[in-house]
Amino acid sequence: MTSSNTRASSAAAPAAGPDTPVRRRRPSRRGSRWGWLLWTLPALAVYGGFVLYPLVETVEYSFYNWDGIGVATPAGLANYQRVFTESALYTSIINSFVLIVFFTVIPVVLGLISAVLMRELKGRGVGTLIRTLLFLPEVVPLAGAAIAWTWMYSPDGVVNQVLQAVGLGSQEHAWLGDFSTALPAVGIIGTWVVTGFCTVLLLVGIAKIDQSLFEAARLDGAGRWQEFRAVTLPGLRRELVVCVTVTIIAALASFDVVYISTQGGPGYSTMVPGLQIYQLTFIKQQVGQASALAVVLVALVLVLIIPIQRLGRER
Amino acid sequence: MNIAESATTRATRIMILAVLIVFTVVPLLSMITTALQKQGTLPSGLSFPVHPQWHNFVDAWNAADFLALLKSSLLIVLGVVPLAVVFSTLAGYGLATARTRSGSVIYGLFILGLTLPAEALISPLYYELRSMGLLDSRFALIFPLLGLFMPFGVFWMRTAFQSLPPELTEAAELDGASSWQTFRRVQLPLVLPSLSSLTILFFLWTWNQFLLVIVLINNPADGNMAGALATFQGEYGTNVVLLCAGALIIMAPSLVVFFFFQRQFVRALLQGAVK
Repeated sequence: MTSSNTRASSAAAPAAGPDTPVRRRRPSRRGSRWGWLLWTLPALAVYGGFVLYPLVETVEYSFYNWDGIGVATPAGLANYQRVFTESALYTSIINSFVLIVFFTVIPVVLGLISAVLMRELKGRGVGTLIRTLLFLPEVVPLAGAAIAWTWMYSPDGVVNQVLQAVGLGSQEHAWLGDFSTALPAVGIIGTWVVTGFCTVLLLVGIAKIDQSLFEAARLDGAGRWQEFRAVTLPGLRRELVVCVTVTIIAALASFDVVYISTQGGPGYSTMVPGLQIYQLTFIKQQVGQASALAVVLVALVLVLIIPIQRLGRER
Repeated sequence: MNIAESATTRATRIMILAVLIVFTVVPLLSMITTALQKQGTLPSGLSFPVHPQWHNFVDAWNAADFLALLKSSLLIVLGVVPLAVVFSTLAGYGLATARTRSGSVIYGLFILGLTLPAEALISPLYYELRSMGLLDSRFALIFPLLGLFMPFGVFWMRTAFQSLPPELTEAAELDGASSWQTFRRVQLPLVLPSLSSLTILFFLWTWNQFLLVIVLINNPADGNMAGALATFQGEYGTNVVLLCAGALIIMAPSLVVFFFFQRQFVRALLQGAVK
């Protein structure tokens, strides 16, 4: 690969034009028109073989009924129809939207508040220590976070212990085993994982905002809230878009946490698309149905992410 | 009055931060205190161990077959990370220099994968790897991970190469340097910081990968540490003390590496997000 590339480009090198600034861009057009393709071939091979090909296969499977062993029979759009009409299936999609509240909305709001507060908290050492601590959840495996929190939520866990200590012992229960509390409880695990990341990201963003803007706002007599609205928030646009994008994807693809903490239960109260695709394929052997759900999941991510990315690019 | 006001705001500020930090630390703290309790007892979430039972960690070490896991995890990392970094760098450079429409099409193809959840690919991946006879081997993790890392890696390295001043390349070309020489001697040294961030991210993502291990690997000793957490929970779910000790041991390498390369980690994760 290297040698052929070398030859192609050295042949083209003498063609590089005179050194006028306008013509200067030209030499980068060097080599054969397809020289760059050689450089991308290894990446294309693994990406094509283990991402694009399975993606196409997912779409194909979604139009068939297949148990993973026997002969597949065409199913038309029936698999898709069931995604939106069978409660066991659409529940998982609704749940993932609820999880967005816990994975995205709460962490971004908390992150904003604490980043604004930390901006004025001078003292380097403390700042670094806080940053390190807040970053921990982002580094441990999600499965580990889920084990820690499963123990927190158990009847003898910290959550009940704290409730008892403050005199709310009557509220004690098995948080992950109860239909009404299981989903928010799983959501809070997500909040725990991403809040520190959002905080630190926003903190770095705030540090990049031109200090004179804050000073100008102060001189104009702006209060804290006005300063936040007029200076901080617009200055953090890029970071906010990133936080929202990353955490929405995490919410929609929350397999690890749910697999460890609840397996989707009780009932379907914490079922999410990622886990359901897994269960449909490997336990219920409805590969076609799983694939239709997978396609819907991919579409859902794109529908949510593309407008947010647009918002970040405007300026 | 002004001073009093700033004192109260300062107090609120510290309060809110303290709550956030307690929220972050308590789950891990609860795990540590529980792991040190006497086995066979039913401890409560946060209780100080009067007689810390350090040998719980030894028991968990043996129960989790920690050495085998560590070896397997390292083998997977060695199979994935270097190749993923090389492939991303080559493709990033190629696509940064491509000026043709087909170049943008290929780049778009990679970008398409940036938001793709791996959950959407697992069923076909399973059947594909089964027909290749790779199921239950570490290659069943290495190949898909290489593929899954490409969108971000290519995007990341292309951005890095594009942010270099074009004059450098042009100067090298005028001196008669070949494409490979320009890459090797001029461009590569300048993107080393991006390259090291990418290495850290790929390491972290490989080390913490869970879904693929659960689906594609049967014997936990062929998987990684994150995947082993599920097995360990399945086997010792009723023995909370041992479960916490084991989970801590399994999570320890990530934490140790994090504390050593803290600054690089934070920088990599933040840059990785913003770009």
